Amino acid sequence: MNILVCVKRVPAPGARINITQDAQQVDTAFLGFTISPHEECAVEQAVQLVEKHGGEVTVLTLGPLEAEEQLRTAVSTGAVKAVLIPIDVQDWDPQRTADAIALVITELETHTSKYDLILFGNESADSCGYQVGIRIALKLGRPMVNGAKGLEVENGIANIRRESDAGVEIYMLPMPAAVGVKEGINLPRYPTMKGRLASKKVEITRSVANAKIGGLKLDKLRRPPERVSNTKILGTGPDAAPAVVDLFEELGLLK
Amino acid sequence: MSVLAIVEHDRGLISPASLGVLTAARNLAKQMNSKFEALTIGADADALSETISKYGAATVHQVHHPMLLDFGPEAWGESIAQVVRKTLPQIVIGSGTERGNEIIAQAAARLDLPAAMNCTEFSSIFDGTGPLRVVRARWGGSLIEESQIEASIKLVTLANHIVEPIEHPESTTMSVVDVDLDSSVIHSFVRDRVERVAGVTLATSPVVVSGGRGVGSAEGFAPLEDLAKLLNGVVGCSRAVTNNGWRNHTDQVGQTGTRIAPDIYIACGISGAIQHWVGAMASKNILAINIDPQANIVTKAAYAVIGDLHEVVPAISAEIKRRRDKL
Ligand SMILES: Cc1cc2nc3c(=O)[nH]c(=O)nc-3n(C[C@H](O)[C@H](O)[C@H](O)COP(=O)(O)OP(=O)(O)OC[C@H]3O[C@@H](n4cnc5c(N)ncnc54)[C@H](O)[C@@H]3O)c2cc1C
Ligand SMILES: Nc1ncnc2c1ncn2[C@@H]1O[C@H](COP(=O)(O)O)[C@@H](O)[C@H]1O
Repeated sequence: MNILVCVKRVPAPGARINITQDAQQVDTAFLGFTISPHEECAVEQAVQLVEKHGGEVTVLTLGPLEAEEQLRTAVSTGAVKAVLIPIDVQDWDPQRTADAIALVITELETHTSKYDLILFGNESADSCGYQVGIRIALKLGRPMVNGAKGLEVENGIANIRRESDAGVEIYMLPMPAAVGVKEGINLPRYPTMKGRLASKKVEITRSVANAKIGGLKLDKLRRPPERVSNTKILGTGPDAAPAVVDLFEELGLLK
Repeated sequence: MSVLAIVEHDRGLISPASLGVLTAARNLAKQMNSKFEALTIGADADALSETISKYGAATVHQVHHPMLLDFGPEAWGESIAQVVRKTLPQIVIGSGTERGNEIIAQAAARLDLPAAMNCTEFSSIFDGTGPLRVVRARWGGSLIEESQIEASIKLVTLANHIVEPIEHPESTTMSVVDVDLDSSVIHSFVRDRVERVAGVTLATSPVVVSGGRGVGSAEGFAPLEDLAKLLNGVVGCSRAVTNNGWRNHTDQVGQTGTRIAPDIYIACGISGAIQHWVGAMASKNILAINIDPQANIVTKAAYAVIGDLHEVVPAISAEIKRRRDKL
């Protein structure tokens, strides 16, 4: 079984997100980068499925050349092939991203058999567009469900578990299929020694793809108003307990 | 010339987010001098027309099809796309929920149109012509984006809890719209469902006692469990904790976890990274317990105790018990 996972390189900000002078991007001068958390889980789920059913995992990203780092990270946790679609900015709009990735997947599938599963994150951590995976799946003619909290494969069917306000829903997609995965579906593993070695050696395929600009145009980014708080320090160490319980009483929590 | 509101429901039960969507659609239609229309999907939603009428829709389009007996993202997205092709609205607005975002993305993909999810504002001077300026949430709400949608038909979802639902009764016409769905959209259909058991959850509990990396281990959560029990609350945690396998992801608060709005959030050994904060910031009161007086959560919280949580939390529980025993 062959699985393709689409991952995105995103900055990993700490206490606050700073923005560049031109208000077009997150200021990443002092930041590390990571794979969006939902997609980390998508990679882990793909690796687990392949461990069970055989086959291999390919990871793909559209991003700056530096996004190689995230592809190598994915290889260090079990993916074996990596594809980079280089662009000369941090990010493309959702329609353009989806068009380019769908083109490259179609091209990749002329050389190999079709990917049985294409996995995405439920939403990317930075742009939170909730759409790139759905657009790609439609272009490739795959059925698609987002928000998966469970994904197992049996007899050519992808069994998906998803949580809604009402309860747990089960979907069954005939493969080849596409699935958007949510954090919590599994606990991603740490890189192994063997994985680290493989990640250094893996050859990253570069696929150039262009696509026309979509209709969602970014004007600028800004930070939401920050909460200013005059924090009331209730005390230091265990001696603070009476003051804390006074607060609980005031808030009516001890009834 | 219309604004089309997509009514989200579950087996005929309207989702609370839909009421905000109806209100926002009415406001936009009024501003644009357009007609306010709504769409319900599946026969089990027909009865919702009465509610929709209360919110002022001039027309409710109803689609019926044997493939619409329950939720299915592709069948719903395709239905929206077909209704949009027939009625040519200027704006289509859905709810910024899991289902809402998914079906608008499905419709946008099918119509090959842009879509902006989780919008918090629409341009108040938009008159139906030219691009639509929107403000939307990125990074789970930690960052704000100002964008323009350039397209003949603008597809958006409204972020949750942004627009207060306001009734504005109007006489409403029903129109049944035929849709043509083939088997390609039937696969992503709910095959089975296990109903949720009622009870307090992380999302609804009025008290949340939450632990971060500072708790140090899975066992370290026992005193937090004790305190939560004394306050009739539940235990939450940060992503550092779930990543370490100390607790289940269902307990995680934040951008990729649960958004909460309890009466009090007690954050123990949590630094308050922006992705955690965005999940907890709607709490009415925040009490931080941390050894570091400079920790982000301490400077943002209303109340704080500076100290080792392993000493402070048991002392608080002991004090509660002592006062209760005296009664
Ligand atoms: C895209 C993305 C999404 C994310 N989503 C989430 C999310 O949903 N939820 C989430 O929580 N995180 C999320 N994160 C991770 C987030 O950035 C932080 O890494 C994480 O919240 C840190 O958890 P923490 O506060 O427990 O740990 P740390 O940041 O390590 O903080 C530990 C704190 O404990 C204090 N401490 C240590 N020992 C003690 C003690 N004995 N007593 C009292 N205090 C003590 C320290 O002073 C420190 O403030 C996300 C990250 C990214 C990039
Ligand atoms: N630049 C990208 N490269 C690879 N995959 C992407 C990219 N952007 C989005 N995706 C995938 O599409 C999913 C949804 O993205 P979004 O529509 O931005 O929320 C993500 O979780 C990724 O799996």
